[in-house]
Amino acid sequence: MEKLALSDEILLKIEKPARYIGNEINSITKDKSEVEIRIGMCFPDVYEIGMSHLGIQILYDMFNSYQDVWCERIYSPWIDLDRIMRQEHIPLFTLESQEPVRELDFLAITLQYEMCYTNILQILDLSGIPFLAAQRTWEDPIVIGGGPCVYNPEPIADFFDIFYIGEGETRYRELLDLYKECRKRGESRQEFLQKAAAVSGMYVPQFYQVSYKEDGTILSMKPVQEGIPAKITKEIEMDVSHTYYPKKPVVPFIKVTQDRVVLEIQRGCIRGCRFCQAGQIYRPVRERDVEMLKEYAAVMLENTGHEEISLSSLSSSDYSKLPELIDFLIQECGKKKINISLPSLRIDAFSLDVMSKVQDVKKSSLTFAPEAGSQRLRNVINKGLTEEVILKGAAMAFEGGWTKVKLYFMLGLPTETEEDIRGIADLCNKIAATFFETVPKEKRVNGRVQIVASTSFFIPKPFTPFQWAGMCSKEEFLDKAYLTRTAIKEQLNQKSIKYNWHEADVSTLEGVLARGDRKISQVILKAYEKGCIFDAWSEFFHYDLWLEAFAECGIDMDFYTLRERAKEEILPWDFLDCGVTKEFLWREWQKAVAETGTPNCRVQCQGCGASRFGGGVCFE
Amino acid sequence: MKLRIKFAKSGVMRFIGHLDVMRYFQKAIRRAGIDIAYSEGFSPHQIMSFAAPLGVGLQSRGEYMDIEVYSCTSSKEMTERLNRVMVPGMEILSVTMLEELTKNAMASVAAARYLVRFREGYEPEFDWVEQLKVFYQRPAIPILKQTKKSQLEVDLKPAIYSLDIQDKTIHLFVDASSSGNIKPRMILDAFLAEHGRVLEDAALEIIREDTYTDIGTDGQPEYVPLDAVGRIF
Repeated sequence: MEKLALSDEILLKIEKPARYIGNEINSITKDKSEVEIRIGMCFPDVYEIGMSHLGIQILYDMFNSYQDVWCERIYSPWIDLDRIMRQEHIPLFTLESQEPVRELDFLAITLQYEMCYTNILQILDLSGIPFLAAQRTWEDPIVIGGGPCVYNPEPIADFFDIFYIGEGETRYRELLDLYKECRKRGESRQEFLQKAAAVSGMYVPQFYQVSYKEDGTILSMKPVQEGIPAKITKEIEMDVSHTYYPKKPVVPFIKVTQDRVVLEIQRGCIRGCRFCQAGQIYRPVRERDVEMLKEYAAVMLENTGHEEISLSSLSSSDYSKLPELIDFLIQECGKKKINISLPSLRIDAFSLDVMSKVQDVKKSSLTFAPEAGSQRLRNVINKGLTEEVILKGAAMAFEGGWTKVKLYFMLGLPTETEEDIRGIADLCNKIAATFFETVPKEKRVNGRVQIVASTSFFIPKPFTPFQWAGMCSKEEFLDKAYLTRTAIKEQLNQKSIKYNWHEADVSTLEGVLARGDRKISQVILKAYEKGCIFDAWSEFFHYDLWLEAFAECGIDMDFYTLRERAKEEILPWDFLDCGVTKEFLWREWQKAVAETGTPNCRVQCQGCGASRFGGGVCFE
Repeated sequence: MKLRIKFAKSGVMRFIGHLDVMRYFQKAIRRAGIDIAYSEGFSPHQIMSFAAPLGVGLQSRGEYMDIEVYSCTSSKEMTERLNRVMVPGMEILSVTMLEELTKNAMASVAAARYLVRFREGYEPEFDWVEQLKVFYQRPAIPILKQTKKSQLEVDLKPAIYSLDIQDKTIHLFVDASSSGNIKPRMILDAFLAEHGRVLEDAALEIIREDTYTDIGTDGQPEYVPLDAVGRIF
């Protein structure tokens, strides 16, 4: 393929031209005259990030398996090219055909994190597609959003024609057939969207009217016409062993974040940590058949030539056939000199044994995610990890030769006190002490242990028990980070402990976008117009511009962040049904405040609601 | 066993830089199921070495890499097998076997042949063909080469083995050894500077025709393409 959307002059001037030329191994080119529907799958961030995303690879493979469909890829042009495209009026293009995005039937955008929202506007802007769904015509593609952020789509509702709620494997075929039929009959865009809204899992925001109370909270959210469902239930693929999964994933030329074969071993999580959205919205846990995984591992390695394979899932240690799968991989990969990159496993005798087989112990590190510093607060968040387990795991690892430990915590969790924060420092200190107790002086490599503690700021997310919780202010966050640092400095083993913390203002903004309502759309648009883009990249994040945008729109950020919500408040995402009921989440919120833990799905069913999908862990 | 692989890089692949071409071949060799040898150690890597890095934007009909294998079939079969796993723009031209003592591809490089043209819209608006011939007839062509620490004056003339112009295409045969490697741009840059002009980044279209090694004896150079020292098997 010789055709490129960008001239040689431009490609030679910009950073990493390989981001924009397509032509990768296993990328798919079809004759556009032989397909009926053209889809652009977009990850609104730079190529290296977008290419590392498994979801797009799955859907790209699925769509292209349909004879009548050609699915291509789109990523955000990096700042350097963005500037040139605006100056020279070059329309955004897909990688495969190098043709303008606006010529497509569908523009499907995956929404993996809130901080990509201004990049959605960049994609629309460079494509020449109106920002507001209401202003689009058949000259524009149908703009459809998917991914975890659709569990509160309201802050970006104005920009999308449709949101696909849930897993992509189940309903796209139906939606595409509907589209073909509507186009054949010469129906209007509006008529198509009305019919699309009746397809299970589809949310078409323009057919809903939201009204507000005087205090700014929601009074009601109702469909504006007949035939539009008041409640939308997520789509879910119950048979994850017999569904779409790419045997030939696209292999990028340049190094990307996830430069390896990715094997998704299960979906969902049994643990039910109360801060975690993924742990709720992907319920129930569904494991892939281990024989399927073995087959795919071999075929995918053969078809890509990757030198590394990694396992992907939430809480991978809970996958029931993990030892069998890892044994198989160690055997297979050893022969072919392929590295195995392990997900973070619970530290115990099994995982340490596996780790010592596949990693260089001297170079690798142990990872613990206690998330909170005290047992009391770990009970609040339902993180089952105890200090005893951590110290025991660390001791075993130190005996095995490891000397590096990474610890992840959150600051600003509900009910957190100074004592809980001091617990972080205390735990780090105890781990260091464990090292000195377990490893005799003559055996210590470099004489010491390296502990790296990192804190992020807690952001309440929709469809979690903490969706009602108040979030800390930026100032409170910074005070907490300061206290953590001071407390670590006071420890006996402080020289062995390094402490990192997150930016506070980006967390505050993420808090607004995560639990925002439809009023936030105008702020995002204003921020974009002021130049905000690539907000997930600290070097391009301009908090001051965002503050201006909020002020000019007359929107109070504190309303969305600081406020604790009452039980009866209608939350912006209440019209969605993710499988887990609001009653269950409320029960969990009450148990959190009472510092009571909840056993995981395999120990005892808590009646969260996900069993109605009729499979997975609920019926093991 | 040491094999030498000759390949061409064209089309959109000209925008893939040298390091990424290396990564591309590491994966391609796995896809083709070549029985390549690995280094020892905790993270073994394929034993592979490239001749002369090709700059981004250039095309080539004569790139080379050497690999070490435990077993192999025939030149023809291996060429076909590798071509089955290439992307458009990458083509395997030959696979030959080297004697065990042959210097590796990188150390073997002595010269390279290039075709250079001005891209449309970038051709200088004076009689550059005549002027370039005059320029080349000089006894010395000194230029300032920017090194990490300072500027260094070097003479391009002895490094240009030949320069012809046909149909506005400049045929260059130049030193490409590690000690005296010169790039076609350097010559045109110096030439245009003399005429008070600047060579713009995208001004030239360059094709590397082939890469050569020197098999001459007694100080008499004899340049042959890098695969001429290998044998078809």
